[in-house]
Amino acid sequence: MSETMLTVILALVKCVFSLAFVMQIVPLLIWAERKGAAYIQDRPGPNRAHILGVRAGGLIHTLPDVFKLITKEDVVPSHVFRPLWALAPIISMSVALVTFSVVPWGDQILIPAEIAEKYLGTTGPLAVNLQVADIDGGLLYVLAMTSLGVYGIMLAGWSSNNKFSLIGGLRSAAQMVSYELAMGMGVVAMFMTYGTTRLDTIMQIQSESILNWGVLLSPPVGLVAFILFWVSAFAECNRNPFDLPEGEAELVAGYHTEYSSLRFALFFMAEYANMVVASSVTATLFFGGYNIPFVNGAMLREHIDLVLIAIGVGGGVFFLFAASIAFGRRKDPFYAAMEAFKGPRPNKLAPVGGLNGLLYRALHDDTLRQHEWKIFTAIWAGAAAAHFGLIGLGAMNIASGMPLLTEIIVFVTQLNAFVVKVLFGCWMFIWVRWTLPRFRYDQLMDLGWKYMLPIGLVNILLAAVWLLIDANTMRLYAAIP
Amino acid sequence: MSDVTPAIKKRKLNTSESIYLVEVLKGMAITMGHVIKNIIGELKGQSTFDTMEYPEVRKPVNDRFKGAHRLTTRPDGKYKCVACMCCSTACPAKCISIVAGEDADDPIEKFPVRFDIDMLRCIYCGFCVEACPKDAIRMDTRIYEINAFSRQDMIHTRDYMRDLMAGDKPEAEQWYRENPQHSPEGFLGEVPPVIP
Repeated sequence: MSETMLTVILALVKCVFSLAFVMQIVPLLIWAERKGAAYIQDRPGPNRAHILGVRAGGLIHTLPDVFKLITKEDVVPSHVFRPLWALAPIISMSVALVTFSVVPWGDQILIPAEIAEKYLGTTGPLAVNLQVADIDGGLLYVLAMTSLGVYGIMLAGWSSNNKFSLIGGLRSAAQMVSYELAMGMGVVAMFMTYGTTRLDTIMQIQSESILNWGVLLSPPVGLVAFILFWVSAFAECNRNPFDLPEGEAELVAGYHTEYSSLRFALFFMAEYANMVVASSVTATLFFGGYNIPFVNGAMLREHIDLVLIAIGVGGGVFFLFAASIAFGRRKDPFYAAMEAFKGPRPNKLAPVGGLNGLLYRALHDDTLRQHEWKIFTAIWAGAAAAHFGLIGLGAMNIASGMPLLTEIIVFVTQLNAFVVKVLFGCWMFIWVRWTLPRFRYDQLMDLGWKYMLPIGLVNILLAAVWLLIDANTMRLYAAIP
Repeated sequence: MSDVTPAIKKRKLNTSESIYLVEVLKGMAITMGHVIKNIIGELKGQSTFDTMEYPEVRKPVNDRFKGAHRLTTRPDGKYKCVACMCCSTACPAKCISIVAGEDADDPIEKFPVRFDIDMLRCIYCGFCVEACPKDAIRMDTRIYEINAFSRQDMIHTRDYMRDLMAGDKPEAEQWYRENPQHSPEGFLGEVPPVIP
């Protein structure tokens, strides 16, 4: 295999991985949004759809959702400007996905020389950067791409050729342009402090110690920059306190009023993909990305046996906990309640015989739910067995010294740390959405221009002062090329 | 001048409120408290929700609730109704239509051949029940889901109204009477009839 081929294949694998990463989290987030909203409002949320009784806490609801969106009619109103109208959701979605390409999701993997030479045909060991595009202006690329995102919404609003959509698009454009400034100011302070815009280098700096994590850098510059960036990220994603573009009370649905079926799904998914990307960029910039607090990649590699033990014990505790919950819920409380209260029901509504009756029973047979705990206990037992088996296998191989396995364990551990940070960020989006009311338009503009922009400017000044007085920080830059 | 209601004065925000962030975090703490409470309830298997899982679990209605109409019968299974047209006359919505027939074998000769109530027009005022001299029509079924797939099916016929409650007692009420400690506020249990 030639070097070029290898590069291309590696790039493809990384592309597929990063696409899958974002697209996998999206349905999870849709579930978390519905369930989180329900729990915040003291209701049970989605818990109906099931496959043979397994409802998985409402996760199954995503399947019928997708099925519905795919099979809906794709209505094209006669008054829209067709080319741009069709282009807009594609822009929204692709911009959201493309932004993720500069985010590093793991430490460099070092494939040892003997394996790399034997299977991959390289000379010497092969170092793989876990990042699709390692470009010098990584942060600038993120800013550039998020500003492109506004085109999707603006074009949708304009080409829909209706007043509500147009106003939604206009609002969105004004909002995104305003908050991009605040976001830019936050980022400028950060790359002054880091001394680079390359996300890979930023990650290396943060790997050194937890005190180098973005939020803690040259206080309070990092913290203020984080708050500016995070609040602007809400505005850029059009999420709740700033979701005026789709203010449903006054604008129907804003810019996506005229969209249906999969085109609407694209806008819908783009919103969540944007959340994932915003969270991962925030994690990378401010919260040490893939680093576990107090433990960096080098330490993981050094004490790989301890890591294995920790994973084994942690996983064991988790499975025990999960299985005890499943086993403790042998009787679904809901099913018990169902048995206790059965109200009067007119007989004619439930079809009994024939195909109708069969279909009715197949869809409404809730007795399957009481077997859910058995299936879950079995799944968890299987997962626990697989977990301990893998750990044991790993322990045996580590003892005999397999450097590639160490790399894989480090990769998985760090990827998990990254995923946890990203998911927490996404949960913040959901959490805030169901807590705060929407801003009024003038309040929105006031906050962006009168408060956040000046704070950002002062923050840049502070960062500059820190650069002048803090010799320690300067030494850090010198150490990293 | 004193009876003019003063305009609502806007309270001035204090420092921590005007920064937003502190108040935002306070609000988030409240919502997170609800999430944690509900997750713990869910794990323990005790519902902490404010809602009911509707089609399976129903809120019991009061004993005086006016539900779907039913026609009562005599011990021999024949209709109590004597087709006197009192109910259809009293009906303000004009939704009851009765066709009277003659039963030669019975000392009570008159009976309804057809007794239709158009439930789409019914306003559930209960005047038909009040007007009935024979206690032949009642609205004590506690059925409030009166729905169908066609307009024709919304017309409740004589036999349908007779069989409405056959074999199917309102178990929720039964259960609440047996376990009054769980009964919701306002649930009266056994209510003595107003007119003996």
